[in-house]
Amino acid sequence: MTYPTTYRFTKDHEWIDIEDGLGTIGLTDYAQCQMGDIVFVELPAVGATLEAEKPLGTVESVKTVNEIYSPVSYEVIEVNSELKDAPEQINSDPHGSGWLVKVRLKNLVEIAALMDAAAYEASLAPPKEA
Amino acid sequence: MVDSVTAKLRQAPLNAVHRVLGARMVDFGGWEVPVEYPSTGGLVAEHKAVRVGVFDVSHMGDIRIHARRTSGASLAAVQYITMNDASRLAIGQAQYSAMLYPEGTFVDDVIVHRLGEEDFLLVINAGTREKDNSWVSEHSKGFDFTVVDLSDSYTQLAIQGPRAVDLVQKLTYANLNKLGNYWFTHSRLCGLKNILIARTGYTGEDGFEIYIPSDPKTSGDVWAMVMSAGHEFGLIPCGLGARNTLRLEARLSLYGHEISNSINVWEAGLERFCKMEKGEFIGRAALEKAKAAGLTRTLVGLEMIDRGIARDGYRCLNEGGEAIGVVASGSPSPTLGKNIALAFVPPANAALGATIYVEIRGQKSRAGVVPIPFYKRARTIAPQIES
Repeated sequence: MTYPTTYRFTKDHEWIDIEDGLGTIGLTDYAQCQMGDIVFVELPAVGATLEAEKPLGTVESVKTVNEIYSPVSYEVIEVNSELKDAPEQINSDPHGSGWLVKVRLKNLVEIAALMDAAAYEASLAPPKEA
Repeated sequence: MVDSVTAKLRQAPLNAVHRVLGARMVDFGGWEVPVEYPSTGGLVAEHKAVRVGVFDVSHMGDIRIHARRTSGASLAAVQYITMNDASRLAIGQAQYSAMLYPEGTFVDDVIVHRLGEEDFLLVINAGTREKDNSWVSEHSKGFDFTVVDLSDSYTQLAIQGPRAVDLVQKLTYANLNKLGNYWFTHSRLCGLKNILIARTGYTGEDGFEIYIPSDPKTSGDVWAMVMSAGHEFGLIPCGLGARNTLRLEARLSLYGHEISNSINVWEAGLERFCKMEKGEFIGRAALEKAKAAGLTRTLVGLEMIDRGIARDGYRCLNEGGEAIGVVASGSPSPTLGKNIALAFVPPANAALGATIYVEIRGQKSRAGVVPIPFYKRARTIAPQIES
């Protein structure tokens, strides 16, 4: 899968798509591949204010529990309610319908700390075989 | 975020095969094992495939204990170091058992195979191999027999599911319909002579475990033959992830979870595999005392009522929010479509239908006590009794 060039990425495998000070946040294809079948998602409430790099919620696969971190600081304006009954959308369409939350950014300067698609993909280069 | 393989891990002979299949490899007891195969659908698909699936479980250990036919020494040793009654085993029969500490808690659980009158094969866990081997050696001093660690001699494949019998039958002349649950035979398999074929497994399904020579060439050839023989039945390779969810549904214990060095036989609910009347064995005295003192905690099945998944190590709470126990293993159940768990709680909270709470990230989430096993297969095969 290719990573959308307009998105920005974190080392913890979240993406954010920013337009006019609003952002949509999700998990990357790499993250969903590593976790396997996603069965449960816990997200903040609309109106919640979160700080960059602080936990935004939890995604569970059959095997693992994973915290999701906030790429930037923001206020939550919408939560993807479809994930409650269909968390597998994160597996099937991680960069699209599997989005987690829509947010209003607090501090646009924080975007500079995120990776672009090329840098993110480079960070995923597989470790050398022994 | 997700566990990955970094440190120097031990690799079983089929390691390269799993990598070619694109398996996600993880550390399990110091072994690099395939946890799932995303290319064939991943954990849930593998779990549901165990109509027939194949697991590489070569990381498990094997200890052979043998002596002269008439000496009685091997049987005496096995009786002393394990809790089930090995004297009830016919040659060609196996039993679930465990080695105990003097405290009545677990060194490990084992499958004891009686290969001959005075010849036993103990199949043990990967993470406890070295500990088990020294335990056996140390506690069998004084018995006149030989202990051999055969762990690295075998590639062990578990072929599991209702169609496993049809698959394995294509690879051997041995009549598998005559092989009861927990019986085994030595026979020609995939052109190899004298292969141990056992009707055992760790999935709650019918199935077989085969023990083949561990050199990578032979292992790879047999793997390929199994895959090709299984094609018509929809066989797929399955990882340790599906193995874990299957065994949990079937309420089979996992070392470090339902059994450990701090959990005793009664607490683990394994009394039917512990034969107090057979005579002296390590742990017996402590178990007698523990029985007289009464249980303080017992293993129960939980089904989540509220949303959320009870995970290993989460606390169990009562209505008032006080900690009363702990989750031993918890997971979504692919078969039931529910979130299930095995947990240790006081007997007073263990009644079927009782409500208890699991603390999930600071939230009190309701769960109900339900019968275990969560899933029981329809028994279709010749019913020789598990002893």
